[in-house]
Amino acid sequence: MIRLTIDNKAIEVAEGTTVLDAAKMLNIEIPTLCHHPKLTPFGGCRLCIVEVKGVPRPLTSCTTPVSEGMEVATSTPALEDLRKTLLELILSDHPNDCMICEKAGDCTLQELAYFYGIRENRFEGERRIYEKKDGNPFIERDMGKCILCGRCVKVCDEIQGVGAIDFAYRGFKSKICPTFEKDLDCEFCGQCVAVCPTGALTGKMWQLRGRQKDINAIDTTCSYCGTGCNITLHVRNNKVVRVTSKENTWNEGWLCVKGRFGYSFINSPDRLKKPLIRIAPKESIKGSKGQSLKNSDTLTLGRSDTCDFSAIFREASWDEALDYIAAKLKEIKERSGADSIAGLSSARCTTEENYLFQKFIRAAVGTNNVDHCARL
Amino acid sequence: MKINNTVIKVCMGTGGIAAGGSEVMDAFRAELKASGIEAAVEKNCLMHKVGCRGLCAKDVLVDVIVKGQKTTYQYVKPEMVSRIVKEHIIEKNPVADWVVGDDYHNFHKKQLKVVLSDCGSIDPEDIDAYIAGNGYEAARKVITSSAPADVIGTIKASGLRGRGGAGFPTGVKWEAAMKQSSKQKYMICNADEGDPGAFMDRSVIEGNPHAVIEGMIIGAYSIGSDKGYVYIRAEYPLAVERLRKALSDARARGFLGKGIFGTKFSFDIKVKLGAGAFVCGEETALIASIEGQRGMPRAKPPFPVYSGLWGKPTVINNVETLANVPYIIRNGAQWFSSFGTEKSKGTKVFALTGKIKNSGLIEVPMGIPLREIIYDIGGGIEGNRALKAVQTGGPSGGCIPAEMLDTPVDFESLAKVGSIVGSGGMVVLDEDNCMVNMAQYFLQFTQMESCGKCVPCRIGTKRLLEIIGRITKGKGKEGDVELLEKLSADIKAASLCGLGQTAPNPILSTIKYFRDEYEAHLKGKCPAAVCKELLTYYILEEFCKGCGACLRACPAKAITGEKKKLHKIDPAVCIKCGACFDVCKFKAVGKE
Ligand SMILES: Cc1cc2nc3c(=O)[nH]c(=O)nc-3n(C[C@H](O)[C@H](O)[C@H](O)COP(=O)(O)O)c2cc1C
Ligand code: SF4
Ligand code: SF4
Ligand code: SF4
Ligand code: SF4
Ligand code: FES
Repeated sequence: MIRLTIDNKAIEVAEGTTVLDAAKMLNIEIPTLCHHPKLTPFGGCRLCIVEVKGVPRPLTSCTTPVSEGMEVATSTPALEDLRKTLLELILSDHPNDCMICEKAGDCTLQELAYFYGIRENRFEGERRIYEKKDGNPFIERDMGKCILCGRCVKVCDEIQGVGAIDFAYRGFKSKICPTFEKDLDCEFCGQCVAVCPTGALTGKMWQLRGRQKDINAIDTTCSYCGTGCNITLHVRNNKVVRVTSKENTWNEGWLCVKGRFGYSFINSPDRLKKPLIRIAPKESIKGSKGQSLKNSDTLTLGRSDTCDFSAIFREASWDEALDYIAAKLKEIKERSGADSIAGLSSARCTTEENYLFQKFIRAAVGTNNVDHCARL
Repeated sequence: MKINNTVIKVCMGTGGIAAGGSEVMDAFRAELKASGIEAAVEKNCLMHKVGCRGLCAKDVLVDVIVKGQKTTYQYVKPEMVSRIVKEHIIEKNPVADWVVGDDYHNFHKKQLKVVLSDCGSIDPEDIDAYIAGNGYEAARKVITSSAPADVIGTIKASGLRGRGGAGFPTGVKWEAAMKQSSKQKYMICNADEGDPGAFMDRSVIEGNPHAVIEGMIIGAYSIGSDKGYVYIRAEYPLAVERLRKALSDARARGFLGKGIFGTKFSFDIKVKLGAGAFVCGEETALIASIEGQRGMPRAKPPFPVYSGLWGKPTVINNVETLANVPYIIRNGAQWFSSFGTEKSKGTKVFALTGKIKNSGLIEVPMGIPLREIIYDIGGGIEGNRALKAVQTGGPSGGCIPAEMLDTPVDFESLAKVGSIVGSGGMVVLDEDNCMVNMAQYFLQFTQMESCGKCVPCRIGTKRLLEIIGRITKGKGKEGDVELLEKLSADIKAASLCGLGQTAPNPILSTIKYFRDEYEAHLKGKCPAAVCKELLTYYILEEFCKGCGACLRACPAKAITGEKKKLHKIDPAVCIKCGACFDVCKFKAVGKE
C-alpha cells in the first residue's frame, strides 16, 4: 500500500493506482476530458493536471501512478489558470453550436466551459472544417466538434477489437478518421459514440428527437440475444428516442449495433403485437398491388408495404392461438409420430425460456429434435 | 617506379559526395593507372574514402599523405587530379595553389575531437580501418574482463551526459536499467535527428559507424540487453547504407550475435527506419513507432528504463552519446572528464550554420566561450557584418544576443541565459535577420510537427503562430506580445512532451532579448527589413541612373520612369517581391 496526501487529506491506496483514482476515493473532483475509466490512460487534454511537491512541472493525474509520501494539490491558482487556458484553446477550435448540438446538456466540454466561465476567447483563430460524408444510417460524425481525446480510437481498439479509426495527420490538422479517410464502414456498434465526451459522435436517429433532460429513462434488458445486456431506453412522448447503457451494469455499458441502434421496431407499424392465425393458403397471397407473389417474395411476408396480409391472417387472442397450436401438434404427433416434429428456439429468448422450450419438446412432445438458432 | 607510404583520403560524406567526391576518387584511380603506377598503388599507395571532417563548404577535400606528411587540398575537381598526382605524388612537390589556407587550419585549431576523432580520417566502410585504431578493443575488454557495474561506474565517473537534448547522465540511466530484474531489455540508439539544420548524428554514422555500434555493445552489456535497435531516419540513405554495412561486417567478425568474444554474452542490432516525423525523436514516440504504432509520445512516468519497448526496460541513447563510450573506455574516465566544465564533461558536436564564414560540423570542449566558436572556429560573420545573435538548440532552443557572446557553451550556462545545448544546432544571425521572423520560422516547424495529441501543443502552437504571424504582417494588436508570453508560458507548463514544452522557447527568448523588435513590428516597421508586408521599396534619387532594369523586372508594373531619368515606385501597386532591389546594379533601390 502507498500512502500519500491529496489536498492535505491522507489516503492509503494500492500500488499502481493513479492519482486521479486516489482523488476520486477521497471525493475530490478533478476535471477530465480525455480520461475514461475503462480505457488505458491517454493524457492528451491535460485538464487533470495536479501539482506534486518536489516536481517542477504539473503532472496529469490520470497517467501518474501514486508514490509513497507524495503530496498532491489538485486546485491551485496556477492550475486553474492553466485549465482555463486549455479550455479556451479547445473552444477556440470548436463551433459555437451548443444551441442546436445533439450533445448539449450531456456534454463534458460544455459543462467545463460553464464551470470555468468561458465566454470571450483570447485565442480566436482558424478552425477545422470537415465535409460530412457518412452514408451509414447509424453514426453521425461532426468532426469539427472533435477534441481529439482519443477515446473513440481506444474503445474501438481495446474494447471492440475492431480498430476502424485512428489518428491521422500532424499538428493542428490531426484528426480521427477511418483508413485512408474513407467513409466509416465498421461494425457500427456505436461504442465510440457512447464514449465521446462531445457532440462529435452522435446517433443519426437521435437527431432533434429530444435532449437528455427531456426524457424518461427506463432501465430494461436488451431483447436481441441471450446475452441480455442492460439498456436504458430514453422515452419521450411514449416513444423511444435513444438507447444507452449505464457503466455500472454487468455489461459495463458496452452494447452492440442491435442493442444500441436497433430499436426502431418498437414503434414500427409492422410490429406484431398479437398472434396471427392463417385464414387462407400461402398460394393465395397477393402483393399489395394484387399480383401473385413468387416464393422469394414471401421472405418479406408480413411487411405492410409488400403485401396485404389481412386477407391471409387474422388476429387472435393468446388463448386461442395456444389452443390451436396444441391441437395441431397433437394431431401431427398422432398421425406421424413425435419424431416428425422438431422445435427450433430463438437466441432472443432468455436461458429460462430456452430451458422450458426444450423441456416442452422433449417431455410434452416427446422428441429430441430440438435446437436453437444461435449458439452464443 | 615505387611510391612509398602514400595515402590519399577523399571526403565522401553527404557533403563530399554532393560536391563530386566519387568523381574525384574515380579520377585519382584513373590517373594513377595512366601514370603506370597502378600496380604499385595496391601495395604502396592507399586510397580510401573518409567521412565528413567538418568544413563541407570547401569540399571536395582531399588529404594526400606522402611519407607521413599530410597536405590537404580544397575544392578538388576531377580535372585537378592529374596535376596533383604528377607534381605531388610522383615529383613530391605539393600543388601550393590548391592547398587549404589558414582558415582551414584555424577552423580546426580550437576544436577538440573525441567523437569525431576518427571521422574524416578512417574509411567508414572498412571495419579493419576502425580495428586498426584499437576499434572494438573497448568492447572486448569490457565484455571479457569487467562486471557491468564497473563499466557503469566508469561511465558515471566520466560525467558523460546525453547528447540528444536533455543532458541526462548516461551512467545513471544505464544503472537504472541494469537494476531491473526483467530478462528482456532493449538498447536503442536514437538516430532520428529531425531538427532543421542539424547533421551531427548523420556525420558520425556516415564517418564512423563502428564507434556507435561499439558504444551500443558496451551499453547492452552493462544493462544486460541482448537486443538493440538503431532508429534512423529514412532521409539519411548514405548513413543507413554505411550503418547496415558496418553491422553486417561486425556480425561477420563476431562482434555482434551469439557468444560475443567467446563469452556467454549475446547481442544483436536491428535497423528501424523512421518515416520523417520530428516527434519520433522523442523517446516514448520512438518506442511507439518501433512497436508499429503511430509515433505519439506518452506521459512519463513510467520512464523507458522501467517500462519501454514492449513494456520492457529500455535504454535510449543518442548517436553522439554512444559514440563517446568506446573512447571513454579506451582512455579512461579521467581523461574524458578532464575536458569540459564541472558539470558538463567532454566535448559537444555542433552544426554551425547561418551567416558564418566557415559553416560546418565542429566539435568543441564543453564550456568554450561562444565567441571563440563564432570568431576563431567559424571565422566570423559573412561579409564582416555585425553579429546579432546565435540561436542554439534548434527549434527547441533560444537565442543568445551578441552582447552575451562570452557565455560558455555548456548545459548549465546556456540554460541560464534561456537557451539550450539541445542536440547541437547553432545558427548564426546577423543584422539582416529579423528576430521575430526567425522565431516564426522555428515555430512553424514545431507547430507542423506537433503530434496532435495534447491540447496546449496542438492548438496552442497554432495560436502562437497566428499571433506572431499577424505581428510580422503588421496586423499585430496592442497586447499581442504579452499574449505571446502568457500563452508560451502555459504551453510550456502544460504540454505532454518535450516538443510542446520547448516549442515556445524561440519566442520567449527573442522577446526577452529583442522586445524592441516586436514593438517595432507592432508599429509597422521591421527593423531588419525582412518581413515582407512591412517593407516599403523606394528609389534613391542620388543613385538612380534611369537604366530601367527595375522597371523591366517589376512583375506588378509598379515602377514608372523615362530612360535616363529618375524612376519611381508606386507603393499602392508594389507587391513587395523585391525584384527591383535584386536587379538594380547601382544600389538605388532601398527598402525599410
Ligand atoms: C521532439 C523531440 C525530438 C527529439 N529528437 C531527438 C533526436 O532526433 N535524437 C536524439 O538523440 N534525441 C532526440 N530527442 C531526445 C530523446 O527524447 C531522448 O532524450 C534522447 O534520445 C536520450 O538520449 P541521450 O540521453 O543519449 O541524450 C528528442 C526529444 C524531443 C522531445
Ligand atoms: S459538443 Fe458540446 S460544447 Fe460542442 S457544441 Fe456540442 S454541446 Fe456545445
Ligand atoms: S462503431 Fe464500433 S466498430 Fe465502428 S468505429 Fe465505432 S467503436 Fe469502432
Ligand atoms: S470523436 Fe469524440 S471520442 Fe473521438 S476523439 Fe473526438 S471527441 Fe474524442
Ligand atoms: S507536446 Fe506536442 S508533440 Fe508532444 S505529445 Fe503533446 S501534441 Fe504531441
Ligand atoms: S483527463 Fe488526464 S489528460 Fe485528459
